[in-house]
Amino acid sequence: MRRVMNMQPGRARWLLALLPFALIVMVYVVGSAQRRAENPSDKVLPPFGEMSSAIHRVAFEEDKRTGEYLFWSDTGASLERLAIGLSIATALALVLGLLIGLLPIGNAMFAPMTAVMSMIPPMAILPILFIVFGLGELSKVVLIIVGVAPCLMRDLVFTVGSLPREQLVKAQSLGASTWQVLIRVALPQALPRLIASLRLALGPAFLFLISAEAISADSGLGYRIFLLRRYLAMDTILPYVAWITLLAFLMDLALAQLSRRAFPWAHGAEPKA
Amino acid sequence: MSALSIRNVWIEYGSQVVLERVNLEIDAGAFIAIVGPSGCGKTSFLRLLLGQERPARGSILLDGKPMPDEPGPDRGVVFQRYSVFPHLTVLGNVLLGPELQSSPLLGRSFGRRRRALVERAHALLSEVGLGDSLHKYPAQLSGGMQQRLALAQALIRQPRVLLLDEPFGALDPGIRGEIHVLMRKLWKETGVTIVMVTHDLREAFLLGTRVVVFDRLRKLPTEAQRYGATISQNIAVHRRHVPGPGDDGIAANDSDRDDPIAVETPGRDDPTPTH
Repeated sequence: MRRVMNMQPGRARWLLALLPFALIVMVYVVGSAQRRAENPSDKVLPPFGEMSSAIHRVAFEEDKRTGEYLFWSDTGASLERLAIGLSIATALALVLGLLIGLLPIGNAMFAPMTAVMSMIPPMAILPILFIVFGLGELSKVVLIIVGVAPCLMRDLVFTVGSLPREQLVKAQSLGASTWQVLIRVALPQALPRLIASLRLALGPAFLFLISAEAISADSGLGYRIFLLRRYLAMDTILPYVAWITLLAFLMDLALAQLSRRAFPWAHGAEPKA
Repeated sequence: MSALSIRNVWIEYGSQVVLERVNLEIDAGAFIAIVGPSGCGKTSFLRLLLGQERPARGSILLDGKPMPDEPGPDRGVVFQRYSVFPHLTVLGNVLLGPELQSSPLLGRSFGRRRRALVERAHALLSEVGLGDSLHKYPAQLSGGMQQRLALAQALIRQPRVLLLDEPFGALDPGIRGEIHVLMRKLWKETGVTIVMVTHDLREAFLLGTRVVVFDRLRKLPTEAQRYGATISQNIAVHRRHVPGPGDDGIAANDSDRDDPIAVETPGRDDPTPTH
């Protein structure tokens, strides 16, 4: 008998992966049935049938008041905020990260400031954002930027800063200017790491998005969940949560694929000839 | 005229004197091997020539003019490690120098100009034995191959001086022998002036036209701080040449640069020929 630590899952990998999910579903179904048996109007654990009809209602029937398909307009609004926020955060982190990581002068000037700024709890300044930028889209996007950019940037500074000194000297001995070292040596080697930290930042980004939407919005996935909470509408809230999870999971997967395709050298893979 | 002249150079870190009174004239086309015990400032001296470090006193002239105090294309370099860029293919690594030269803004070239550069790079890569590995990344190459690549990458910019910092120190003895042969060949063909730091005496006398020894002349512990190392010996290497069937053909037209040991045969670090 081998030690457990040396046993490989082999072909049973998929089965093993599905098992915990199946277990959760089973516990839910049993629990739901039990509560329903005790109280036919229970709303806390609705059966799957009710969830699917609730989703059908919001996703495929027009809302009577606005004439929109709520599920999709919520998704669109949330994804738009997320996309704008993450893009700006990434761009900001990239510029500052390269400046601080590569240039001693940039480091002297910006490193202390960013070290202090990144310690500000983003949620603590949310009221300030609402006061300064109003209750519209801008404050939600800014919250995502404030919440995500510092982490991305610090990671980038570290990546660029830990490039071997030899590489930077070598590039200069090939005639590279500071700008050329930046775009041909530092940037390409920073990008795979940036994507990796962006993947890790997806969780916080959703956290800030939903927090901002919960407090002030008129559409969005977070807004809907918190609105429906008043009606105890678990039949819609649960599928919404599942949907948010799925979106985040797919984004993570897409970023992983992008990195593997675009930077094969960073993943030890064979490049295309 | 001397390619490099080092005049009364001192290197100090704070109150620690590392090198003192270093005077050295390096002829154009010479192959200088620098040896000495560890911690005697060999690598500091090379960093000085690179422009990574400034002398506390003294001056360095490159072709009669004061040498710029930062790394530049007139001085190529190969380190023991990290000499090639992991994110570029073999071809990309060699193209980098010429591309940086031809395009200040993007550092990339396109179209016909790029094709011309690729042709030049390909020819050089074939010469160092990497003609079949153009699209591999450095991580996919062995240590010896990476150093061949680093040599090609440095030489394509045609530097006045090539600086080598224990370039073959991490290689297996067999592979080291093969790359010595290549090194001599490239040196003769390009006529580049080479300064190599090594701790392998055999390598120093095998490749160098002069072997320069750095050492501390004062060895008392109490004197370690205030007295640095300096050049203790500067030995011209004269090679005996015995013409014969074992001649590798390169040395034949240059009798004092004969290479008695290294023989150019395909070794295990060479790419297997593809037919």
